Amino acid sequence: MQASVTNTATRYGWAMIILHWLIGVIFIGQFVLGFVMVRIGNQRTSFELIQLHKSFGFLLLGLVILRVAWRLGNAAPALPPSVGALERKAAPLAHFALYAFQIALPLSGWALVSVSTLEIPTMPFNQFVMPNLPLAESDAAESFWSAAHWYLAYAGIALVALHIGAALRHHFLLRDSVLRRMITPSSGGE
Amino acid sequence: MKARILGLAAAAACLAMPVHAAVALSDVAGNYTISQSGSSIRFTIGKAGGGGFGGSFGHFNGTIRIDNHDVDRSKVDLTIYPEGVGTGQGRIDAFLRSDAVFDSANNPEIQFRSTNVTRTGDTTALVTGRLTARGKTFTEKFSAELDGLKSGTIKFHVTGKVLRSRYGMDVGTPLYSNVVDFDMTLTGRKG
Repeated sequence: MQASVTNTATRYGWAMIILHWLIGVIFIGQFVLGFVMVRIGNQRTSFELIQLHKSFGFLLLGLVILRVAWRLGNAAPALPPSVGALERKAAPLAHFALYAFQIALPLSGWALVSVSTLEIPTMPFNQFVMPNLPLAESDAAESFWSAAHWYLAYAGIALVALHIGAALRHHFLLRDSVLRRMITPSSGGE
Repeated sequence: MKARILGLAAAAACLAMPVHAAVALSDVAGNYTISQSGSSIRFTIGKAGGGGFGGSFGHFNGTIRIDNHDVDRSKVDLTIYPEGVGTGQGRIDAFLRSDAVFDSANNPEIQFRSTNVTRTGDTTALVTGRLTARGKTFTEKFSAELDGLKSGTIKFHVTGKVLRSRYGMDVGTPLYSNVVDFDMTLTGRKG
């Protein structure tokens, strides 16, 4: 098995693969956590889950910045020949949108805690104080960013569902290497 | 400020009491009822990154007994009703009343019963007592300073620090300090 950290013309390297799955798991986990934390009855648990959601949000933002930087220096491998003309055009757009959501979601959450009149500090994993974004605090701004964060989350998770559906279609129906090559660098050399 | 010279201890049989004191000892000693008018119980909690948040308790009552023979036998009882907590932010008030903090539905009273009063200066004293909140009782100390004395009315400025974690109210640490700073003005009226 040829293990590579960087991408090649036909394969993903370990760095991209690990970042992809790590961010994917955190992104979906954050959606579930966000959904639960505002519906749970116990106020203490709710407060603590919200702080955890903020911590993972900043971790996500950090990983996404790393991923974008890595991607800019490492072109994604070419799509396998089995990918049709329409999908060849749609896939980069979908991937670009996925990146946009990965950045916009934590940023909108950061904006939300920054403008909140509750003025709750942010300490990712209780390690250090994350400063607020320089935005004016108000109830109206809090409502706006709360709604923005909510809509972005639902649109983002819909896009993730489409992404997962497409990956499963490639794996089980088209039986090509699109999903496999995101699992291990040894796949995708066709 | 003859009242200040008279002092807390004088209020309880200080030998050095000036003979020209405006308020006679017999007038100061006695039982006082803490009245909400003229009294306030404020608290502040520091926040990570600076600043803090504060609030006050709007509902409380209690008594102050000034012993005219022995200052150490003076006594303070205070009951705070946390349902009346106010921070100026309704969502925070609701959070404080909930079982995350005070659980005021099941624990409607926070009680302080002094066990010892020790004079620390002309107008100051250290008040030690048992603080009970959410079913947990610990010894706490507060500094009291006589802040005003008129016939039939006595006013103290009371400050102290309480660790909230001991009372099962550690939610939000370390974002919010474990130390709660109390700043109270307690006005008692005789009778």
